[in-house]
Order: sequence, then structure tokens, then C-alpha cells
Amino acid sequence: MSSFENWAAMGGYAAFVWPAYAVSLGVLGGIAVQSWRRYRASLRELDRLQRVVPER
Amino acid sequence: MLNYLANPARFMRVSGALLPPLTVATVVVLAAGLYLALFVAPPDYQQGESVKIMFVHVPAAWMALLVYLVIAVASAVALVWRHPLAEIAAQAAAPIGAAFTLVCLVTGSLWGRPMWGTWWAWDARMTSVLVLFFLYLGYIALVNAFDDMSRGSRAGSVLALVGVVNLPIIKFSVDWWNTLHQSESVFRMGGPTIDSSMLWPLLVMAVGYLLLFKTLLFIRMRTALNERKARALQLAAPQRRRAAPAALPDGTPVLR
Repeated sequence: MSSFENWAAMGGYAAFVWPAYAVSLGVLGGIAVQSWRRYRASLRELDRLQRVVPER
Repeated sequence: MLNYLANPARFMRVSGALLPPLTVATVVVLAAGLYLALFVAPPDYQQGESVKIMFVHVPAAWMALLVYLVIAVASAVALVWRHPLAEIAAQAAAPIGAAFTLVCLVTGSLWGRPMWGTWWAWDARMTSVLVLFFLYLGYIALVNAFDDMSRGSRAGSVLALVGVVNLPIIKFSVDWWNTLHQSESVFRMGGPTIDSSMLWPLLVMAVGYLLLFKTLLFIRMRTALNERKARALQLAAPQRRRAAPAALPDGTPVLR
């Protein structure tokens, strides 16, 4: 077994270790992406409104 | 510090300046933490390589508690001093805290299966963390359940404060009851019992999670302030309609 395969096998716990890292990345990455998209959308909307409704 | 940032305009200025370095720091520290956890930390003498799950599980559990504490303090400030930025902070933090709690529950389950032989047990630690997850969801649902935003915010603040009683239960559940979950090995009297070769990767991951929370909190608070400003502009629009031109110089039609 190559050293990479050895590492990826996680001493026989690969079926638990990798899903744990995948879930962490998926959930935390997911909320990061969602937060960023909504932030960009709020900036776009504000920009649009400020051009349409000029502040006095 | 709190008072200084409590002005929304000042908050936008300061958070806008801090966001880029904070984002870079989050990525760098998380990358370093993952490297230490996956390539440097040794296997445990009892748990073998399944101990790798600890590096994503334990910091998530810490954040689940810390974020709830932040929400509770912000809610108290909102109720007592009626500060709008405190409500915005609490509401921006809640989905992030829920995400950390979900990570904690799922990764704990994935570790429990090979180590304890079960995905889940209704012991005091696990049940109280599940209650914390539902408190987060309940808070988010309650805040959004009212047409009048200020009423939703106030109801949410009260729920957040009542839920604080769950935090010491979670923290001390492993001492008060005979739980399947092992007891504290880092924040305990007499110092950590965990070996430094595993403690360091754990602490770096924890700092990474903390930076991630701060970054996302700033992003979500800025989003909320932008959305409030946009709503105010929309509400003000009808009164300004008559004075506004039919179209802007670049051809963008004006709402009528």
C-alpha cells in the first residue's frame, strides 16, 4: 500500500473520518457561501435603490 | 469597544476595513489547522486514527456554546438598552451557531459509531446539545414569525435568555450525570489531560473556527444593515416619486 493510500485509509476508520470532515466542510462552507451571496445581493439591491431613489 | 461599535455607521466603516484581513486570517488558520490535524497529529493509543474526528468535533462544540452565549449577551443588551445593533448581531449569529451545533452532532455521531458502537445515545451531554440545536432553530423561527420585526426581535431575545439555562447543563453534564460521553480534557482544573501533540492542532482548529465565526458574523450583520437601509429607501420611495425623473441619465427606468 502506498503511503497516500495508507494515510487515506485512516487506520481502518476512513468510513468515519472522511464523512466527518466532509460534513464539517459542507455545513460550514455552505453557510459561508450563503452568507456571502446574500451579502452581495444586499449590496446590489442597495446600489439599485440608491440610484432609483436618490437620497436628499 | 461595544459602545464604540454600537453606532451602525461606525460599525459599517470598521467592519468593512476588518473584513478582508479577517477573511485571509480565517483561510490561513483553518488551512494550517487541517494540515496539523490530518498530517502531523499522531494516532491515539486507544482510538487510533478515529481521533482525527476530534479536531473538527470539539472546536465545533466549543463554538456551539460560545455563539449561544454571544446571542444571549446581545439579547440582554437589546432588551435592556434597546440597541438595534445588538438585535442585528444576535440574529446574524444564530444561523452560524446552528451550523456549528449541527457539525458537532453529526461528527460526534460518526465518532461514536466505531468507538462506542452506537450512533446516538440519549445521555445528558448529547441530549442537551440536541436541545441547544433546537433552541437555535426555535430562536430563528420565532424572530421571523412576526410581521412586525421589532416584536419578533423582542420575543427572540427573551427565548435566547431563557435558553441560557441549557449552557451550564451542557458544560457540566459529563460531571453531574454518568454519561457515555467522556469528561472534559482541555478546560479543566489542573490543566489539560490531552497530549500536547494533539492539543496544538486542536487549538489551531479552534482559533480557525473562531475566526470563521467573526468573519461570517460581520458579513451577516453588514447584510442585515444593508437590507434595513434598502427597506427604508423603499418605504420612502412613494413620497419622493413626484420629484424623481422618469428615468436616470443612463436609461434605467425609475419605479413608479
